[in-house]
Amino acid sequence: MMTGLRPGKISTTLAALTAVFLLLPLLAVIPVSFTPKRYLSLPKDSWSLRHYEALWTKPEWGEAIGLSLQVGLTAAILSTLLATAFCLGLWMMRPRFGGLLAGIALLPMVAPPVVSALTLYYFLRTVSNWNSLVVYDGWLGVAVAHTVMVVPYAVVIIMVALSQVDRKIDLAARSMGASVPTRIFSVILPNIRFGMVSAFMLSFVLSWDEIGVTLFVTSIKAITLPRRMWMGLRDNVDPAVAALSVVLIVLVTIVILGRLIWQHRSQSKAG
Amino acid sequence: MSRLLLLSPLLLFLGLAYLLPLSGVMLQSVTTPEPGLQNYSAALGDPLVWSVIWRTLRICLCVTVLAVVLAYPLTLLWIKGNTTTRVFIELAIMIPFWLSVLSRAFGWLSLLSNRGLINTWLQSLGIIAEPLTLVRNEFGVIIGMMHFLIPFAVFPLASAMRAVDDRVILAARGMGASRMQIFWQIFVPMTKSGIVGAALLVFVFSLGFYIVPTLLGGGRSVMIAELIYLRIFQIPNWGLAAALSALLMVSIGAFLVALIKRAGVSS
Repeated sequence: MMTGLRPGKISTTLAALTAVFLLLPLLAVIPVSFTPKRYLSLPKDSWSLRHYEALWTKPEWGEAIGLSLQVGLTAAILSTLLATAFCLGLWMMRPRFGGLLAGIALLPMVAPPVVSALTLYYFLRTVSNWNSLVVYDGWLGVAVAHTVMVVPYAVVIIMVALSQVDRKIDLAARSMGASVPTRIFSVILPNIRFGMVSAFMLSFVLSWDEIGVTLFVTSIKAITLPRRMWMGLRDNVDPAVAALSVVLIVLVTIVILGRLIWQHRSQSKAG
Repeated sequence: MSRLLLLSPLLLFLGLAYLLPLSGVMLQSVTTPEPGLQNYSAALGDPLVWSVIWRTLRICLCVTVLAVVLAYPLTLLWIKGNTTTRVFIELAIMIPFWLSVLSRAFGWLSLLSNRGLINTWLQSLGIIAEPLTLVRNEFGVIIGMMHFLIPFAVFPLASAMRAVDDRVILAARGMGASRMQIFWQIFVPMTKSGIVGAALLVFVFSLGFYIVPTLLGGGRSVMIAELIYLRIFQIPNWGLAAALSALLMVSIGAFLVALIKRAGVSS
């Protein structure tokens, strides 16, 4: 077997230290979440579950989770639909200036987040004068702002999914007289369904974690979960954020381990 | 007809909710409070703005060098290590990568703050009497940003390392090259495109940071993006904030063009 370059002692040590550096702050959250005190500290004599209880009993955390779910699902549905239609348009019709159009769709991903945040703040402040639905500090306003920020990622994923579809299938359908809607719904969409699911899930996760834009477009009413965490970090550090972080770390670890195991299984099946 | 029906919803949506207001913000930089370039001259004539720009460049360069240097051996082990190593490193990269930036910043606060883990341990061991100031300063910002950006440096490095042909390494070994020679004279030059790509990506990303610097800098080491936030919400000055946004946008755009040209050359 060809092994190529084998990492030496120095590389291994550095890599191990870096891996520990990456995991250290995640582990540090665990003891803090069990402190009996109301400020950031380590539990000395007694351990307490009060900050985990606070996540259940204090209504502000439940409300924030509910709002983040609502905003995340709306943004994920909107961005998946918009991105799918757009990518189908690019893939099927191959318009002139296709590169330029794709560039426009990807702009919110490459622009500095603070500039996008300022832009969306300006947008929502302006449209708040004209309608009462999509407004600054309202849930639908946040969902629209999040959709702008996450739709480029959905576009990238669906583009990749479409690039793996064999154009001959579509050509065959077309030559047999299938209309555009038939080609889309019976031929192409079934072939990119995994891409659409990934785009939906990534959009949801990105919206669920979004804080840069949310800070600009909300103030006192539309408090999403990251915004609530921000409030618990900014002035007095609230250990309830530690308890919540432990819950989130456990969730993320389960999902990543599950994916690794699933990959390993499908690989050993294939091989 | 169907082309318009498919393409237009997203373009209309982004046009109305993003491009139009973005041009509005850029326009504000030359019209608020009155037409002219006074916002730019005010921004560039203000020593505070310059100190923020220098600090931003200093922190971002520091973070870029550290993140790429640490990501390199990490990626090497991720690609070339044995199965157990690979799984461990993949977890160390992916769990922080998918975790909210706020949870990560909280983790660093738990470690580095005055009542945090490090100070508590050092004090209980009697090594220090007074807590060390590890956070709410530039040190804390650099640590937090490095932690955020190492995974982003790993991905371009990984694709460059995967592309290295193992036979080249074998040939060098067959001709008697030492491990050090193989690493420094063959492997590192062959992954140069990945190193440059990772550095540009990390640098561009770090320029626009404001969540991590705000939380871990504690208002004492303000970076350019945080300054824009403060000019909107603390001392409102739309014209200046818009001018700073335009400057940030242009400098990041220039780096992105360099990044794309680089990618074009290497592929």
